[in-house]
Amino acid sequence: MVKVFIYPATSLMLSDLVARYGHTPLGSAVSIREHIQTPGFDSPPLQMTAEDPQKGLKWAAVEVPSGIRGRMSLYGPLVEEAEAAIIIDEPELSFGCMGCARTNELLCFMLREKDIPRLELRYPASREEGVTFVAQIKKFLDDLKKEETA
Amino acid sequence: MSDRPVRIAQITCGAEYSGIQNEITSAAATVGAQMFYPDVALKDVKTAYKEFGLPVKSPDLKLAIARAKAIVEGRIEADGIFIASCFRCAEAAIVRNELRRYIVENSKIPVVSYSFNERTSSSTLLTRLEALSTIAKRRELMAREVQVGITMGVDSGSSTTKCVIMKDNEIVGTGWKPTTEVLKSADDVIAEALAESGLKMSDIEAIGTTGYGRFLIGKHLNADLVQEELTVNSKGAVYLANAQKGFATVIDIGGMDNKAISVNDGIPGSFTMGGICAGASGRFLEMTSKRLGVDITELGALSMKSAGGEDVPMNSYCIVFGTQSLVNALAAGYKPEDVAAASCHSVAQQVYEQQLQEVDIKEPVIMVGGSSLIQGLVRAMGRMLKTEVVVPHHSQYIGAVGAALIASGFVEKKRAEKKEA
Repeated sequence: MVKVFIYPATSLMLSDLVARYGHTPLGSAVSIREHIQTPGFDSPPLQMTAEDPQKGLKWAAVEVPSGIRGRMSLYGPLVEEAEAAIIIDEPELSFGCMGCARTNELLCFMLREKDIPRLELRYPASREEGVTFVAQIKKFLDDLKKEETA
Repeated sequence: MSDRPVRIAQITCGAEYSGIQNEITSAAATVGAQMFYPDVALKDVKTAYKEFGLPVKSPDLKLAIARAKAIVEGRIEADGIFIASCFRCAEAAIVRNELRRYIVENSKIPVVSYSFNERTSSSTLLTRLEALSTIAKRRELMAREVQVGITMGVDSGSSTTKCVIMKDNEIVGTGWKPTTEVLKSADDVIAEALAESGLKMSDIEAIGTTGYGRFLIGKHLNADLVQEELTVNSKGAVYLANAQKGFATVIDIGGMDNKAISVNDGIPGSFTMGGICAGASGRFLEMTSKRLGVDITELGALSMKSAGGEDVPMNSYCIVFGTQSLVNALAAGYKPEDVAAASCHSVAQQVYEQQLQEVDIKEPVIMVGGSSLIQGLVRAMGRMLKTEVVVPHHSQYIGAVGAALIASGFVEKKRAEKKEA
């Protein structure tokens, strides 16, 4: 079982595919669940506080907007933990929406910098492309499993 | 308007991830307002930002555009709009400014825009949200053009405390002193104003308080009106400048922050108040006068001896570096009058760059507050805006005048209640 970072991190479809083919998806569900289940905070809806953008300083400098640093405090630890990554370029909003384009650029860069297996795909524009898209993801995930057992 | 809370639409990008959502919600709750996210469908997001014509990349900004359009087009009702995004985000700054302009041009809904970071607290947001709430809730009071009865206004500012007593649409007493202990300063200026007017406290029919110490003084005096300075100052400004009809722009360079307010028929439409950094405020002019060894009241006359001081290198963007350029300019041999004028020019420039870009400048431009008595600053602002800036009489008492004027809306009701009793 490999820990696979998914981009967009909010994509339920990607998360489901990764889990279905036997791996652990790393995405928003993991980091946000941890936040909203932490007792004692009272900062709905995400239960993030001013401390989170400060934690984000590990991945983004102080002159980087606070919203990016706050997001990095959620995703930075997951990128560090990731053993593989799937990046979908130009995804539809309904496929997974991550809010901030600058955070997205930084996240994708960090994943590309990391020496881990990575699959990068364009978001499909037709049904046929969609079938190929899923097949490519399946093959990538199967190969991860083979590498793991080899 | 009924007693239902004022509903303020939140159009923000990054607030939740900056950890300040709770600060926004708390500030709104303090002033009896309720924040809400305007609900829009995914298909509306896709079409709205394309129609708007600003090709942004961040999905949250696309959502912001869709939300603003839904309100302006009447599909969602809101009493006020709060637009905010992360400080230092260029893409969001463009969207924020264009949305503010779009809302002002296409609706009558009051709007305020702001850029935040993780250190933004509910107290910082309070005045802005209170102003939005006031405009929505107290439109009738804000429409008052004539002062009636005997009323008192107290303005507890960060640098000075002011009191004005008005009787039958005339100022009959004033009091002014630097703010030290908030309540004591207020009591002193009240005593001063009462002595000048020849009236007693028991003669006062209604009281209004404004400024940073408004809540404390309001409670102390059992005031009828406790209201933030954005709406009160703009009301006082158009009243004293005799510009209650039509458009006007009010600029108030305060001791700690600067305000620029766009007014239509005496009611503020959009406004901005100094944000993250308080560098270019009246405080810099205080530091200049201290460094030049003159009283702040003499700085204006000194600066007018200079042609304008535009050639003196001066930058008040940051108060620390501003002081450094002040020291450098004097060490380089520039004359005190040129340095004084350069400081005025620099503050005017910062206000122009930071505040006035976020409101629509419409004439007359009215300058108020203590800093409006510094002629060099008024001249610099006029040159910057290429217009003749209006400084009304009693401009340094503007908040107190506005509070006394608006508070007079309670006089008739109180008289009727007294009669019945």
